[in-house]
Amino acid sequence: MSETLLVDKIARRPAWWAGLGSYIRHRPFFILALLVTLAFLAIALLGTAVTPFDPTFQDMEAPMSPPSSTHWLGTDSYGQDLLSRAMAGARYAFLTGICSVLLGALGGLAVGLMAGLAGGRTEWFLMRIVDAILALPSLVMAIAFIAILGQGVDKVILAVGLALIGPFARTVRADVLQVRALPFVEAAGLMGIGKLAIVRRHILPNVFFPLVVQATIRISEAILVSSSLSFIGIGIVPPTPDWGLMIAEGRGFVSFAPWMSGVPGAALAILLIALAIVGDGIREQMDPKQRAGH
Amino acid sequence: MSLQMSSSAVQATSRPLVELEDFSLWRQNRSVLDGLSFTLPKGQNLALVGESGAGKSTIGLALMGLLQSQGVKMAGRARFDGQDLVSLNARAWNGLRGRRLGMIFQDAGAALDPCFTIGHHLAFPLRRLLGLSSRQATERALALLESVGINDAKARLKAYPHELSGGMQQRVMIGIALACEPDLLIADEPTSALDVTIQAQIVRLIQDRVRMQGASCIFVLHDLALASQACERIVVLYAGQVMEAGLAEVVLGRSRHPYTQALKSCVIELDTAALEPPPGAAPSLDRMPSGCRFAPRCPRASERCTAEKPPLQGTEAHQIACWHPG
Amino acid sequence: MLLFVGRKLAQTIFILLMVSIVSFTLLKLAPGDPVQMALGSEYSQEAYASLTHEMGLDQSLVVQYGHWLWGFITGDWGRSYVGRTPIFQYAFVEALPVTLTLAASALFLAILIGVPLGVLSAARQDTILDAGTAALSLTGTAFPSFYLGILLIWIFGVHFGLFPTMGFVAPWQDFLDGVYHMTLPALTLSTYFMAMIVRLVRANLIEALQQPYVAAARARGESERRVIWLHGMRNVLMPLVTVLGLQLGALLQGAVLTETVFSLPGVGQMITNAVLNREYLVVQAGVMMTGCLFIFVNLLVDLAYPWLDPRLKPR
Repeated sequence: MSETLLVDKIARRPAWWAGLGSYIRHRPFFILALLVTLAFLAIALLGTAVTPFDPTFQDMEAPMSPPSSTHWLGTDSYGQDLLSRAMAGARYAFLTGICSVLLGALGGLAVGLMAGLAGGRTEWFLMRIVDAILALPSLVMAIAFIAILGQGVDKVILAVGLALIGPFARTVRADVLQVRALPFVEAAGLMGIGKLAIVRRHILPNVFFPLVVQATIRISEAILVSSSLSFIGIGIVPPTPDWGLMIAEGRGFVSFAPWMSGVPGAALAILLIALAIVGDGIREQMDPKQRAGH
Repeated sequence: MSLQMSSSAVQATSRPLVELEDFSLWRQNRSVLDGLSFTLPKGQNLALVGESGAGKSTIGLALMGLLQSQGVKMAGRARFDGQDLVSLNARAWNGLRGRRLGMIFQDAGAALDPCFTIGHHLAFPLRRLLGLSSRQATERALALLESVGINDAKARLKAYPHELSGGMQQRVMIGIALACEPDLLIADEPTSALDVTIQAQIVRLIQDRVRMQGASCIFVLHDLALASQACERIVVLYAGQVMEAGLAEVVLGRSRHPYTQALKSCVIELDTAALEPPPGAAPSLDRMPSGCRFAPRCPRASERCTAEKPPLQGTEAHQIACWHPG
Repeated sequence: MLLFVGRKLAQTIFILLMVSIVSFTLLKLAPGDPVQMALGSEYSQEAYASLTHEMGLDQSLVVQYGHWLWGFITGDWGRSYVGRTPIFQYAFVEALPVTLTLAASALFLAILIGVPLGVLSAARQDTILDAGTAALSLTGTAFPSFYLGILLIWIFGVHFGLFPTMGFVAPWQDFLDGVYHMTLPALTLSTYFMAMIVRLVRANLIEALQQPYVAAARARGESERRVIWLHGMRNVLMPLVTVLGLQLGALLQGAVLTETVFSLPGVGQMITNAVLNREYLVVQAGVMMTGCLFIFVNLLVDLAYPWLDPRLKPR
């Protein structure tokens, strides 16, 4: 409801910043979360150009030092600067998150399209496999793939991406079925237009947009799963500055150096919360029926 | 309080059961009801008639105290058996509802909780409010269901609402609402969700049961003919204002308000053209005319009508709010 | 009714078969030669051939799958290379109860706190309390549970020294000590579910309270408390149970992480160690157990539907 009002307001007022102002007033948390996410993204892109230290530089003079003027957020047990490592970790979080979601979305698109278009036995069979995969939580699925693939950044991306194919396939198939039942698509089929042309002209565009929305929302899940893999010690290997790994390293020192897990933990938590708020906002925008609850 | 009420029978008979005086209601600062006045003597039935959106159902809900929590403001006086309803607190409302006030809803199918059996629905008034034992309650429940015309009552007690037909559901609702023998029953369009063939049956059933228990009923209806059959008194509403009120046969037979006349012609000639709003001037709750709310659609409207609200004038038997009564 | 149960059971068995095929495929995809791994570095050609035959690896994949599935059903899950113990004993008898205890206590805690909070939030819609609960539940669903666990260890274990920070004591052996050891892990794992239950109960209860049957209940003279808890919550039960069933995967996934944080010898630890030791049979057992558990619980949810919503009762 507030959305239509908002559109009215923007349409009525000529100055764009007035609309923006009301937008910010309407959804301050969404804007804040978006800014936080963009800040993390910027740090991830800039990488070592903005970190105060080299994230793998070991300051032997100051291992496990608490936050100080040289090491703003302290150092870990190897004397590595935590602020620099947390900032560098953003890159790995986004790298694994975005790449694995892309992989999962593409795989899901392929499987979902196949299932939705094939119909009959092929569809039934594919969807039962997806059902079986969905019975396994994405982390367990990813662990199983890691067991086969081995460890490392690329393996984590692959494992998480494969684990995400199931959920993506399911939503794609649902969308395909919906689009396929639309009158103009049925008509195109009756008119004898080739199947490939229908897929390209009608089905893909209609499936693509919801898929992009889904993908944006699932990035946080991918980041969580990949950092979880690193946390339990089977994902990314040291000395890569990955948040999950850093939290695991700090776990044993929590009684006397809580900042060691605290810095990467806070970074991960803040990013995930910001992404959740952004995801909620996007979902609301896409689906006005799901009103602003919380 | 209740002692006082039952002790003086003379006073009780002379006192009307429901009395509204200049009663207004705002929902989110929009005027929904504007200066309503009408009375309902004990033992009589009253019909609130008008198009949808006239505020008929709102009156019913307000008299049940079901609007209080929804950002609603009230002014004026509304009395039930001498008791002021506008200032009543939540606890006192709970004492009235079910025991002295009963309500029947538009869509009985939606007004029965899908997760509970008919027997469970009946158990609340019988066991909690009347304090019957489970055996007595079952007996009373069976008698109640039979009295509202439900066959095989024993099996129906164990049935879930969705297992009954629409007419049955409404009969059950009537049974539940009358379980504690309330003094006033509010029937909010009790037939609009039903087949035309059983509408009259249900209204007659309500009428019979209410008379049998010596109670009164306020019907919310949009069917004038049905209203005149079931009720002694009729109040015609338009956009939250009373247009015409009085005895059923007078209001219907000698109606003088252009709106009532238009409503009648709708019924008789199926001529809806008379009620069609002039283009671009549909009455909305946002921009109510300051005078008579029917003025924008009225064939007899003058400048005075839009500027000044006509007062409700006349006798108990026939009241009318119009500057140009016909 | 019988037909309904029968159909659900058939569906379940089919999906279980699918899960077993996925698990079996995973095992076959695993790198390395199991015979070689079993024999160690030095072995003769004959020993290799005889073990290959003994393990049935010279037969067709379908036959191998059949053998494996039969073994799985009858409790013959193979032996672990490391301890040479039967995996069934290790995974099913020892590790699974730990994980189930953790998951059940977390769920219990989440419902115990989440449901009243959600109800309160719905009843006091758009108040400061509601907004506060909203913020907390959003944070709760997004917060990484393993970091939350470490925070709890730091605050309650280290700083206040109130609770033990590691180890498992079976509550069926020493109930109080078991609960004591389970407090922090259960709290860690429950946060996500608590937050989710709050959101779910709030949204569904608000919707339920707008239904005509709620107005009708009020009109019958039922008290506000009765209206909310009886008519409101009874109708919220169905979506709540459905989502809880579907979120069981997240619960098991969270349990894996929580076990790592608090060093609990459950399925999660088992799988993690197995991955590090390249014990594919153990990984597979873990995957199978997780999948079966998920499917089993959702079968229960499906079977509970007619009771949760009488309109779904099969004729």
